[in-house]
Amino acid sequence: MRYRKYPFIAGFLVIPVVLYVVFVIWPYLQTFGYSLTDWSGQSQEMHFVGLENYTKLFGDHVFLQALQHNVLLLVFLPVITILLALFFAFMLNVGGRGGTTGVRGVRGSAFYKVVFFFPQVLSVAILVVLFQAVYRSDGSGLLNGILIKLHLQDPSAPVEWLNSPNLVMWCLLGVQIWAGVGFYLVLFSAAMQSVPKDIYEAALLDGAGRLQTFFKVTLPLLWDSVQTAWVYLAIAAMDFFVLASVLTPGSSFGGGPDYHGEVMATYLMRNFLTFGKSGYACAMGVVILFLTLILSAIALRVSRRDRIEY
Amino acid sequence: MATPIKQPTPVPVFKGQPTTIGSRKTDRERFADGGTTLNVFSHGFLILWGVMILLPLAWIVLGSFKNNTEIGASAWSWPSHWSFDAFSRAWEKGIGEFFVNTVIVLVFSVPLTMLLGSMTAYVLARYEFPGNRIIFYLFVGGAMFPVYLALVPLFFMVSNLGMLNTYQGLILVYIAYSLPFTVFFMHSFFRTLPTAVHEAAMIDGCSHSRAFFQVMLPMAKPGLISVGIFNVLGQWNQYILPMTLMQQQSSSDPDRSMLAQGLVNLAQQQGYSGDYPALFAGMTIAMLPVLVVYLSFQRQVQAGLTAGTLK
Repeated sequence: MRYRKYPFIAGFLVIPVVLYVVFVIWPYLQTFGYSLTDWSGQSQEMHFVGLENYTKLFGDHVFLQALQHNVLLLVFLPVITILLALFFAFMLNVGGRGGTTGVRGVRGSAFYKVVFFFPQVLSVAILVVLFQAVYRSDGSGLLNGILIKLHLQDPSAPVEWLNSPNLVMWCLLGVQIWAGVGFYLVLFSAAMQSVPKDIYEAALLDGAGRLQTFFKVTLPLLWDSVQTAWVYLAIAAMDFFVLASVLTPGSSFGGGPDYHGEVMATYLMRNFLTFGKSGYACAMGVVILFLTLILSAIALRVSRRDRIEY
Repeated sequence: MATPIKQPTPVPVFKGQPTTIGSRKTDRERFADGGTTLNVFSHGFLILWGVMILLPLAWIVLGSFKNNTEIGASAWSWPSHWSFDAFSRAWEKGIGEFFVNTVIVLVFSVPLTMLLGSMTAYVLARYEFPGNRIIFYLFVGGAMFPVYLALVPLFFMVSNLGMLNTYQGLILVYIAYSLPFTVFFMHSFFRTLPTAVHEAAMIDGCSHSRAFFQVMLPMAKPGLISVGIFNVLGQWNQYILPMTLMQQQSSSDPDRSMLAQGLVNLAQQQGYSGDYPALFAGMTIAMLPVLVVYLSFQRQVQAGLTAGTLK
C-alpha cells in the first residue's frame, strides 16, 4: 500500500462515531444507570436506591394498566395490519385478468400503491392533528358526520370516540392501521415481484389456480418479509407515544379518560417531565426496552423457517 | 429442432382450437374463469381503501377554505366562497416561522448526515480493520430502539452542552439519530459496487480519500438519492426530538419550533383560538412539501423506506 490505511480509516470514522456515541449510545446506557437512582431530574443530586424503582413499578396500577394496553395493541396491530396488507398485495398482484402468460396484477396497481403508501410519508404529528378532527365528538367530526349521514347514529347523541373508555384504544389502533397498511403492502408487493416467474409458471403447468398458487407458493416465499413486518409492528405496538399523548384527553401527555388511553410511553414522559421522577421514568424505559428485545427475539425464533434461496 | 435455423421460428399455435387433452381446460380458459369476478372484487376493495385514505386528507384541504361556522356546523358543509385567507392567517400565526426554522435545520442536517453516513459506511464496507464489526453492529443496533427511551438523558446531555433550543444542537442530534439507517443502507450499497474501479484508481496513484470522493461516491449516486429522500422525509417529519429539545428556555428565547411540533402545539394550546380553518390550512401547508417530494420521487421513496426491512 502506497498510502497508509489506518490514518484514513480513523479520519473518516472519528466524527460520526463520536457524534453517535455522545447523542445515541451514551444516553441509552445512562438510562440504565439513572434507573437505579431516585433522581428528580431538576438537580444533579441523586441517591442510589438499587432496584427499588423496579419493585415499585410492578405495584403501580397505572403502569400495569398501560402495559395491558400495549399488550392489547401488540396482539391486534400486527395481525390486522399484516392480514390487510397481504390481502391488498394479493389483490394488486394477482387480482388482474388472467391470460396465457399467467396471472397479472390489476390495472392501475402503481396508482393504488402511491395512494396507499402516502400516509407513511406524513409526519405522525400531522396524523394526530388530522385524526383529532376526524374523531371530533360532534356532527362536525368526519366519522360522526359519516355515521349521521348514513342514519346509523342519532345526530343529537354522536359517538364520543376519544372520550369513551371502551373506544379510545381502538381509535388509536385504527389510526396506526390506517397509516401502516400501505407501507407493508409495498413491502409484500416488492417481495412478491422478486419471486422468479418460472416458479409461477411451474405451478401453472401443474394446474394450480390462483388461490392455490397464493397459499402454496407465494405465501411461503414471502415468509421472510412477514417475519420482518411482525417485528417492526411489535416495536410500533410498544410505542404509540405520539398518538396517545396528543389524541387522548388528559392534562399532560394524555392518557385519559381515567387511564383508559394510557400507554407505557405516555406514563414514562409524564413521570419524567411533569412529576419530576426521572429515575422512575428511566426504570420504565429499561422495562420497555427489555420487553421490546424479548418480543423481537421471540418473533424471530417462533417464525423461523428454512430460508428458500432463489 | 436440430436443423440450424437462423431466425427463431414461432412455435406453431393452433388458433381457435383449444387443445382438448382429456377434460382439462386450457390455461386461457382456466384463468379467464374467475378472472372477471375476482377483478371486479379486487378493484372494489382497493377503491374502498383508497377512498378511506384520501377522504380525510381531502376533507382537511377543503376545511381550510371553509369558515368557522361552516366547520362547526357539519362535516359535510361546503365552503361558501373560495379564498386563501386562512392560509395567510396560518402563515402569520407561526406556521411561516416554523416552516423557515425547519428548512434552516434541514439544509445543514441532511447533507451532513449523508456525508458522514456514507463516509462511515464506506470505511466499514470496504476496509478490514480490528473493530470493524463492532462499530457496524453498534450503528445497526441503535436503530432498533424507540427514541423516547433515550430522551431523558439526551435532554440533559444537550442541556449540559448549552444547546437546548438552538439550531446547531438539533442539527447534531438529527445527524446522530439518522446515522444508523444511513450507514446500514449505504453499507450494503458500497458492498455491491465493483472493486475493480477502486483498484484501478489506487494503481493510478489516487489517495484513499480522493478515491472515495471522486470515484466511489459518484458511483453510489442511486443509493445516495434513496437514502437522502428518506432522511429529508424523516427529519422533516420528526416530532419527538424537537418537542423535547426545542422548548423555549425563557420568555426572551425565540420560539424555534419545528413545523410538526409547532402544528401540534398550536392545535393543543388552542393557539388558533378556535380558528379551525387556519389550523386546517396550516396542516395543508405542512403536507404540501411532503406531497411534492413524494409524488416526484415515489419510486425511490417506496424503495428507500422499505429497503431497510428487506435483506
